[in-house]
Amino acid sequence: MTALDRSTLSLGGLGSTGMAGGGLIGVGGIGATIALAASSSSWAVFWKSYLFGFMVITGVSLGALFFVMLQHITRAGWSVSLRRLAEGLASNLRWLWLAFVPVIVMVWMGEGAILYPWADPAIVSHDVVLQKKAGYLNPTFWSIRAICFLVIWAALAQFFVGQSVGQDHDGDLARTRRMQTAAPVGIMLYALSQTFAGVDWVMSLEPTWFSTMFGVYWFAVSVTGFFSCLILFATFLQSNGRMQGAISKEHYQDMGKLLFAFGVVFWAYIGYSQYMLIWYANIPIETGWFLPRQMGNWKWVSLLLVFGHFMLPFLLLVSRWPKRWNKSLSVIAVWMVLMMIVDVYWLVMPTLPVKAAHDAESLIQLMDQVDSGAVSVGWNLSILNFTAVVGMLGLLVAGTFMALRRCSLVPVSDPRLSESLDFENI
Amino acid sequence: MSASDLHSEPKTIIDDMSNDGTPTKLWGLAAEFTTPAAITSAAKKVREANYRWWDCHVPFPVHGLDFAMGVQYTILPIIVFFGGLTGTCIALLLQIFTNSLEVNIWAIVPVVGYQFEVSGKPLISLPAFIPVTFELTVLLSALTTVGGMFLLNKLPCLYHPVLKSTKMNRMTDDRFYLVIESRDPNFVRPQTEALLESLDPVAIHELED
Repeated sequence: MTALDRSTLSLGGLGSTGMAGGGLIGVGGIGATIALAASSSSWAVFWKSYLFGFMVITGVSLGALFFVMLQHITRAGWSVSLRRLAEGLASNLRWLWLAFVPVIVMVWMGEGAILYPWADPAIVSHDVVLQKKAGYLNPTFWSIRAICFLVIWAALAQFFVGQSVGQDHDGDLARTRRMQTAAPVGIMLYALSQTFAGVDWVMSLEPTWFSTMFGVYWFAVSVTGFFSCLILFATFLQSNGRMQGAISKEHYQDMGKLLFAFGVVFWAYIGYSQYMLIWYANIPIETGWFLPRQMGNWKWVSLLLVFGHFMLPFLLLVSRWPKRWNKSLSVIAVWMVLMMIVDVYWLVMPTLPVKAAHDAESLIQLMDQVDSGAVSVGWNLSILNFTAVVGMLGLLVAGTFMALRRCSLVPVSDPRLSESLDFENI
Repeated sequence: MSASDLHSEPKTIIDDMSNDGTPTKLWGLAAEFTTPAAITSAAKKVREANYRWWDCHVPFPVHGLDFAMGVQYTILPIIVFFGGLTGTCIALLLQIFTNSLEVNIWAIVPVVGYQFEVSGKPLISLPAFIPVTFELTVLLSALTTVGGMFLLNKLPCLYHPVLKSTKMNRMTDDRFYLVIESRDPNFVRPQTEALLESLDPVAIHELED
């Protein structure tokens, strides 16, 4: 076991490099998306791509906030030396509301129908289900809720990151106790806000459909993204000579275990449970959401998720050594980040045009129309999808490095730090 | 034996002698240590001396002791994986056969599964089979884990020479013992005793079979 090298606990030059690089990719990506959308005036594709990219980085940051609060609730010792990295990712929630303001403004201005059918009075006037749901799904209430969620997350991130960084300087143990008291309340607020955000922002893209499991599924998606990013972030910093002696094989093994538990098994459990109940009952109002996801090219994406998000990583991560060997673990983490992005894409993009579904004489005919390209179910793989998500990920990198550039990469005054450094799996 | 006896020092040497006067066979030598650090460094030296039949008896799990002893990582996970895989296969085959089997044995005995159609689903519907498959995989994995652990640890062990004598009673309390068995090919009484002596133990005990 190597001792903690305290001279490697700051980002140093890496901080400004990460900020500049991430910022350039972020501004470039988002700028390119806007420019491409303006040149072809494909604003519907732009907003979907934007939402897709936004949900990816929100998922990663929310997973980080969950992890930080969980460590305080359980008073965990093992994770202290890598908690600051999670805090860095979670601190993106302090500015992420800015990225969602355009969507809120759009819905508020009455243009929400570009994304959300329930915001279009013409559609609602023809749909009795949407009329019944209008008390919940209307632009005003939706915007108020969105602001509440974003404020809750920003406040929680500000509190936990602020207290933890503050403790670096004054070593005040009262801060640890304060965070432990606040964490249970915070995690309840978090559970509600992130569930309702998933319902409001993603599930309501298909407003007649509902699944009581959707919020939990969105949680599984977000922790998958977070644990993969945490592994990659720690590996990146250590291979650049930072945090020497702070994160050991034992920590990587535990991060791998958490990725296996949350990102592979829990995700599959929730995804399967949601699918199985809908598949078995076979009621049109419930199956309507899975229908476009099993048509055309989307069926390959669905199968990719079953095999690539569950079967393959299950076999890769179930053993002990791939989690302890840094190279294999980071390869798996890269793969899992990709799968998480595909998963969000699969949640946000597919739509079955209502008119085509009504006009088709049979399901077979509809599927033929989809296969021949006469009817689109949202599989217009556009360059905008890539530029948006790459730009958003650039912003995530820039935000994370900005949050960590002035503070220590390890909570140096945390009372449980030595416990974390000595941590060993039995 | 009462609780107070457990903590008392061996009273007399006669405690450990068989009363009928027949000579007892030496089973091994035990070195007694007072700290985890002492037994860990002792274990490293005994391992370097190429002993094979030896073990440590400690009151609680000592971090790094298995590493110092050179204990191989258990093969139990591999056994459990195949146990679980067996469960998966049994569950899938059971459901597929009972739901959709239709064969004639020697063209005279018709064997038909209980073909039960539910809401127009195919007879072999994988999504419906997953819960049973999951449960049986977990069940066989768990049983293999427990059963494999017992087998690999050679349990149940109804007799062990270490427990025969009262000299090592404090191994469940506050002392750490390193035992080298006499069946070890490198076990030669004077040399082994000298090695244990060089590890600086508080005492060395003889253990009988």
